[in-house]
Amino acid sequence: MHKNNLIFVAKRVLYAVPAIAGLLILAFVISRIIPADPAALVAGEMASPQQVEEVRHQHGFDRPLYTQILLYFSQLLRGDLGKSLYTGRSVFSDLVDRFPATLELTLVSMALSIAVGIPLGIAAALKRNSILDHLLRGFTVAGLAIASFWLGLMLQLFFGMWLGIAPLGQRIGVSPPASVTGLYLVDAALTLNGEAFLSALKHITLPAVTLSFSSFATITRFTRSGVLDVIQEDFVLYERAMGLPPRLVIFKYLLRNALISTVTQIGLLFGLLLAGTVVIETVFDWPGLGLYAYNAIILSDYQAILGVTLWAGVIYVTVNLLVDVVLGLMDPRKTEL
Amino acid sequence: MDRSPDTLLLNIERLSVHFHTDRGLVRALDHADLRIHRGEVLGLIGESGSGKSTLARSVLRILPLSARIAEGDLSLSGEDLLAMKESDLNARVRGRGITLIPQDPFTSLNPVFTIGTQMEDIVKWKGSAGIGHGPPGEKVIEILERVQIPSPRDQVGKYPHQLSGGQRQRVLIAMALLPGPDLVIADEPTTALDVTVEAQILQLMKSLVLGKGISVLFITHDLGVASQICHRIVVMYAGQDMEEAPADVLFSQPRHPYTRELLESLPNPEGTIRDIPGEIPNLIQPPPGCRFHPRCARSTALCTQALPEKKAMAQGHWVRCLYPLES
Amino acid sequence: MTGLKLIGRKFSRDKLAFTGSLIILSLVLTAALAGLLAPYPEDVFSIHPGERLQPPSSNHLFGTDSMGRDIFSRLLFGARITLIISIIAVGASMLIGVPLGLLAGYYENWVSEAIMRIADVFLSIPQIILAIFLAQSLGPSIHSVILALSVTYWPWFTRIVFAETRALKKTSFIEATEALGAGRLRTMLLHVLPNVSSPIIVRSSIGMGFTILTAAALGFLGAGAQPPTPEWGVTIAESRQFLPDAWWYATFPGLAIFLVVMGFNMLGDGLRDILDPRIRRGLE
Repeated sequence: MHKNNLIFVAKRVLYAVPAIAGLLILAFVISRIIPADPAALVAGEMASPQQVEEVRHQHGFDRPLYTQILLYFSQLLRGDLGKSLYTGRSVFSDLVDRFPATLELTLVSMALSIAVGIPLGIAAALKRNSILDHLLRGFTVAGLAIASFWLGLMLQLFFGMWLGIAPLGQRIGVSPPASVTGLYLVDAALTLNGEAFLSALKHITLPAVTLSFSSFATITRFTRSGVLDVIQEDFVLYERAMGLPPRLVIFKYLLRNALISTVTQIGLLFGLLLAGTVVIETVFDWPGLGLYAYNAIILSDYQAILGVTLWAGVIYVTVNLLVDVVLGLMDPRKTEL
Repeated sequence: MDRSPDTLLLNIERLSVHFHTDRGLVRALDHADLRIHRGEVLGLIGESGSGKSTLARSVLRILPLSARIAEGDLSLSGEDLLAMKESDLNARVRGRGITLIPQDPFTSLNPVFTIGTQMEDIVKWKGSAGIGHGPPGEKVIEILERVQIPSPRDQVGKYPHQLSGGQRQRVLIAMALLPGPDLVIADEPTTALDVTVEAQILQLMKSLVLGKGISVLFITHDLGVASQICHRIVVMYAGQDMEEAPADVLFSQPRHPYTRELLESLPNPEGTIRDIPGEIPNLIQPPPGCRFHPRCARSTALCTQALPEKKAMAQGHWVRCLYPLES
Repeated sequence: MTGLKLIGRKFSRDKLAFTGSLIILSLVLTAALAGLLAPYPEDVFSIHPGERLQPPSSNHLFGTDSMGRDIFSRLLFGARITLIISIIAVGASMLIGVPLGLLAGYYENWVSEAIMRIADVFLSIPQIILAIFLAQSLGPSIHSVILALSVTYWPWFTRIVFAETRALKKTSFIEATEALGAGRLRTMLLHVLPNVSSPIIVRSSIGMGFTILTAAALGFLGAGAQPPTPEWGVTIAESRQFLPDAWWYATFPGLAIFLVVMGFNMLGDGLRDILDPRIRRGLE
């Protein structure tokens, strides 16, 4: 099995390369070929015609296309994503700076969705058509219909403004803990900084709950249908016919099969969460990539938007790669050559 | 074959099973009767829709939620299976007193666990009275040898999709025998297999079961297969049992018109196949009385009145028909 | 046509699909008749600074906004915008995605590989981010939103149609049709397409829901429709600085979004239940 696994992983990694290349090309097409004047976009709304010309020359927009593509890729490989109009710094360093905040929010939200969603999904499937099942289905259907930014605002309104028990925004209310990973909760725990930990926890609650709300709905639904599908399977019938104890059938056999379908969803989930951070960070003033993107929109900071897009794409492809690898290790049928 | 009352193992009397569906109430089984004695192999023959699988599932009480056992008696060694508590059924009957060889060997094994794991779970949870002593791993190897799987030690670490159809079927046979059951329900055990493999599997089953005191309910639609392994055969049609006889007698002297049609629909030496005229009836609104009457050349109005009672034709040979064929 | 009759009967019995379609019907009517239903249709453009930020009353069902405009009326016109954006976007994605899916599924050469790889690339960036990127490249407006959404949603259709076509290929259905002399195009249009129509329909309904949410998010972020357009997302964005006092300003547009998306999701779910073959109901 081991050799099979390695080959599978290698194949999968190789498969990701053209995906990323395609992504980069798509970004190129959208940023250089589609707009009327790419130079004007990069220079910004405030730029004078002179400045636009400067930009055009500096970035090589006046060169032939094939030269532009080469320049583009060589820049990207060097990590050069241009300069941000908003911060004045290189977009790349901006992204690196602000990534931990988004990562922390995404991870906490994912943990929340999974911790609540999977058990509920399993319970709903096992007690099909019970009150719990119907309640849950209603809840998830509603959850998928609520605009996350609106939910965030409503929660902010209710818990933050009316009840006053939740902070209105930001990542922390006291000085941040010493930086180890950039994730405040982790850092505060590692440096035994109780005050920072509590403050960070209070601040992340509302945004994480909001962000996880719709993904929780998706996970519950998919876990439920994953379990239901498995229950219909012949092997479950066989296991029942042979009188294997229900606990064994559920926790050993059914779970493994159903989890496989859930893990499949985690990749999709991550994409949803990543997408959601743009609006949630905006609502809660969370200093991550989402808020960065929002500011970039307001100020027409084009390089920044391009940078965020590429970054999001690369991360998404990587996460899906990881999920595929994990799936391959969980389901022996996948690694069959 | 000793068929006295004290060797009676499985007794099914007037069993009726209904399914509640969108389109109405499906009367899948209608007052079916069946008796299996210790050590006998009973064939259950019928086309699809005849109710054979429903019968098998009823015995194990693993019918889907939409099904209801409307009436009838079901007992194993004198114990009433219909009245038994679920926990008892699970502990003593399913996978112990009665085991199952399922229809599709591919989909019946859990794809994400090795066959070794699945077999050991049977040993651990359902016992291994059917095999000698030793740790679970060893017992698994031993039974795999008994079902003639080559190099069993290499096979236990494999996943179901890595085995051939024939091998999977052998594994399932092994799993059915491990707990040392009184009755094995074999649900179309050779249908999914190639003809050559089918012959081997039948041979294997015969050697494992005959003379060992294990009873088998052998479900199939293939008369040829049934003739090779069964002592007695019950013919079913549309949820009703039509005829019951020792295998050789059934083939040489069928008394029910449906049985005769079935036999004639077998490919004969010239290679021609005769179709039975008519269609399988709709089980939501089944024909009244004997359900075969619309397709039967001998039927009269009397046949629609009620399900014919069982008539004894000879020793151990019964027919449900008002106009049985001459011998 | 017993097939259609059965579907029709199932439809009226399925509460989900029925309720969903009721909601959507109301939406469509509202959007179409916004001019007649709105108590203050002129408020799409005109401002009344003297009446700003008034709470809900008999005069103004949902209150007024920062420019004194009647929120209820603006919401009704917003329904129109929402519908237009989503219908065109989903429709366009379908027009792009379905043929591509048919081609990719039908053929098994470099063309199908290329199509699916390209679809993968589009799916490798979360939809809203790609939409923002596109909208910014074109200049934010309703048009760029529609374009951005169409361009990012088509891969979903392609994937589904591809999978179903390939599945169909595995059966002898397509072989048989071709053996009878039907040309490729004919086979695709007249034989394969009807068979994949159910998943397409279900996906469209659900897609409407997603598209509406994404469009609203784009409006909220300022990457799409711009003020003073009465788009629901834009209205919510406007309301932010006036919270918590003008709670009605943010609440009602969000409820409108919720209701509409619910409608489409319910319809989609209901349709899926009706059109998909029933899971084995244990009839052996």
